[in-house]
Amino acid sequence: MTLHEGAATGRRLDRMLTINGWLVFAFLYLPILVVIGFSFSGANNVGTWGGFSLRWYERMLGNGPLIHALQNTLWIALFSTIVATVFGTAAALSLDRYRRWVSKGTFDAVLYMPVIIPDVTMAVMLLLWFTQIGLPLGRGTIILAHIAFNISFVAIVVRARLANMDPAMEEAAADLYASRWATFRRVTLPLIMPGVLGGGLLALTLSLDDVVITSFVQGPGSTTLPVHVFGLIRRSVTPEINAVSTLMVTASMILVFASLAIQRRE
Amino acid sequence: MRRLLMLLAAMALVVAACGDDDASATQALADACTLGETDGDLNLYNWTEYIPTGAVATDAEVVDMLAAFEEDFGVHVVLTEYDSNETMLAQIEAGVGYDVIVPSDYMVSIMNGADLLIKFNPDTVPNLSNIAAEFTDLPYDPGNQFSAPYQWGTTGIGYAYGSIDDENGVSWGVIFDPDQADVNTGFISLLDDERETMGAALIYLGYSINTLVEAEVDEAAALISATRTRLAAFTSVGYADLLTSGEFVVSQGWNGDFLYSYDTASTDDYDAYEDFGYAIPIEGAAAWVDTMAIPSTVEHPCTAQTFINFMLGGFIGGELTNYNYYASPNAAAEEFIYPEILEDPAIYPPADVLERLEFFEDLGDFGTYYADAYSAAKG
Amino acid sequence: MTMLDQRPDSQQEAANPELERRAERRESWRGFFHAVPAYAYLIAFFVLPLIIVFVFSFASRGRTGRPILDNWNLDAWTKLTEPLVSTIVGRSLFVAALNTVLCLIIGYAFAYWIATRPKQSTRTLLLILVLIPFWSNFLVRTYAWRILLDSDGYITQIGEFTGLWGRMLFTLPAVFLGLLYGFLPFMVLPLYAAIERIDWSLVEAGRDLYASGTRAFLKITLPLSRPGIIAGSILVFIPSLGAYVTPDILGGAKTTLLGNFIVTQFGAARNWPFGSALSGAILIVMVLTTILYFRSGARTL
Repeated sequence: MTLHEGAATGRRLDRMLTINGWLVFAFLYLPILVVIGFSFSGANNVGTWGGFSLRWYERMLGNGPLIHALQNTLWIALFSTIVATVFGTAAALSLDRYRRWVSKGTFDAVLYMPVIIPDVTMAVMLLLWFTQIGLPLGRGTIILAHIAFNISFVAIVVRARLANMDPAMEEAAADLYASRWATFRRVTLPLIMPGVLGGGLLALTLSLDDVVITSFVQGPGSTTLPVHVFGLIRRSVTPEINAVSTLMVTASMILVFASLAIQRRE
Repeated sequence: MRRLLMLLAAMALVVAACGDDDASATQALADACTLGETDGDLNLYNWTEYIPTGAVATDAEVVDMLAAFEEDFGVHVVLTEYDSNETMLAQIEAGVGYDVIVPSDYMVSIMNGADLLIKFNPDTVPNLSNIAAEFTDLPYDPGNQFSAPYQWGTTGIGYAYGSIDDENGVSWGVIFDPDQADVNTGFISLLDDERETMGAALIYLGYSINTLVEAEVDEAAALISATRTRLAAFTSVGYADLLTSGEFVVSQGWNGDFLYSYDTASTDDYDAYEDFGYAIPIEGAAAWVDTMAIPSTVEHPCTAQTFINFMLGGFIGGELTNYNYYASPNAAAEEFIYPEILEDPAIYPPADVLERLEFFEDLGDFGTYYADAYSAAKG
Repeated sequence: MTMLDQRPDSQQEAANPELERRAERRESWRGFFHAVPAYAYLIAFFVLPLIIVFVFSFASRGRTGRPILDNWNLDAWTKLTEPLVSTIVGRSLFVAALNTVLCLIIGYAFAYWIATRPKQSTRTLLLILVLIPFWSNFLVRTYAWRILLDSDGYITQIGEFTGLWGRMLFTLPAVFLGLLYGFLPFMVLPLYAAIERIDWSLVEAGRDLYASGTRAFLKITLPLSRPGIIAGSILVFIPSLGAYVTPDILGGAKTTLLGNFIVTQFGAARNWPFGSALSGAILIVMVLTTILYFRSGARTL
């Protein structure tokens, strides 16, 4: 694998790609820098600079509904991402690793539907369905709803990885009398890992940002951060929301670099 | 076709099975409550940051209402937030057990028509008597049997001084009349809401905002369509901040939003009120009332009534207005409201202006005509 | 996920028709077994609730929005033929298609770059760095764009200084900028997953064969990354067909888009039957298109 850099691309092309890469990163981080910058502003609204201040961080920590919403958001995102990634990956394997099985075609079509359906429609139908089958609305139903749309997103990304993948490695492992589970863990999973990781990251992102479906299937006390922010922007965005966003971005940065450091030591 | 119909009917039975709680039993429970009684924690379902609590209250220098209620009555308040009347309606209709909700005027009549609200027991909510006379007999709920007004306001025009002629009052013409509005092309905004936006056009044309005449609605839609080229945006979010930052000079919007924004834009050495104003146009304007109500899905009817009575207290009512910059329908609250708010005609309009205001009403099936006309007007 | 400790069938076994059939049945069972969690889940929390939408689309509009399950009719479906609907659909299709092309062009070069970094840990790190901005909050990010694009914003100032563009906020370019920003990761992730898998020795062989790097790319790399292109395009095209918050906040909502139109039906217009019929129509058209596409292409993702 270490060879492929030179093989795939010429040096000049590679330099251009690198420049493009960093430009895209600049594009992705530009608004985030604005968000972070204004979180330290002493002004009352985002957009005007009111001198350096930590007042919004202070207010955020004392803002009960906001902190509660943040906690809800993180728990919901964590649970729904894990379940959706496992289910979605298995679904992708079933469609791409097995040529034929009963109602495979139907499943293939069903798997696309949550991506296609407008979110407000899914919100309404899930609200009615949850109350219909007697589930009490709250964090639980939000998690159930997030899993329902995330399975499809994960499956689509994993399938992009699986498609046309050479099964030779898995067959070789099987020939060596590895058990199916061992083959999966040692061979298949590492091979599809970039797809699983990508799908999981996408699921996490979608869960952290969902407003419409969550606001319909929430129950007493389960308001999430996006729903809270959506309600706030009707009037004015205070730098307090920037402070929360800064916190989330910083925390995820720290988590990522810490886990990388641990991996390297191992 | 026959089989399809049968299938539909069968599915309908399944779908229809939900809801239908026994409203009369809940009503009986509510009627049996006594003054100050609590029967469990309060599930409050309110608009985002519409009630001051926690650091937000401290920051605005008003009382933390949820904490005060918890302390006074020894119950816990669970707050859930929504951002539109329709989302709230869908949740209540699905049977989610909130105790107190905050529907707007037209939503009160819709919910009442669908038996989704519980009547107050006047003995449990004696502070209903604090409500100012103008708000006790409004068409959406005569006699305040099902709803207690929370805040009220108007939909008018926020503008930068100097951008329009406001010597003899402001006209909706600054948005709709080419002669007055063309100078501000590209810096005008309208709300993005079929009733509010169409309402402004209807008022300018001299019609009622609740008109059921198709030709009048069509005329209003055509006016909006003709106005599009002059607009920077149709937007209901953050428009007041865009006004103070110079992105707009004339905006249609809700009075409290403008004043809140002028206030936050002001600093120790800058007074935004010197540069920006709010006017209820001479042709008239839409007015709205947000209310507190108890849905038929209530789980703690006594706590709910105790809470509404608490919110209708003079001091709490005053603090609510000091926080929101919206007028209070509570007569007993006036002595606790900051004088600069009480004296501001943008919040407390004089009597002659009050007569020019009109409330939105539910239009029944004709509502879809507005929605389609508005969608078509935007192209 | 427990797996049976079974070895795959060897060549000799396959020669025997009885054993072959048994092997096929076992394979079929295993495929189904993998799908069960997702399948059961989607039936319980998607397909069954979808019936509600289906039923509602034939019902009549109720006062609160929730349809009255009586007077079954086709009004909502016939309303789909009104010219307003086709105007809105056409416009939304254009927006979604252009956004997909933009995301594909920028996303491909970007994903290719990440996928060709030599070290696995670098690739993973870069991929996560793509997503981190998206863990802040969608509305806060969109608002940040409002600040960047408004009259005093740096982007407008640069444009005015160079004379290349004027005020950006509430223009069509601002909408596409916002959509590109929001949907780029949806394109990058599947593209990365597909490109990273490519066996570069093939490309090298191709370069020896075709000499030109461009031809090697067109003949080998591009076809091999096709599953990623398709998946990414689906993930961008379909959701941006229903996008409305970005066009509202950055574009000023001067035209009605499909997403907004549907939200209105379930919201202020309280016309749930029509909202249901619209959603149903989108679902049917999209699923049929996808199926026909794969039938004709004879290829799966």
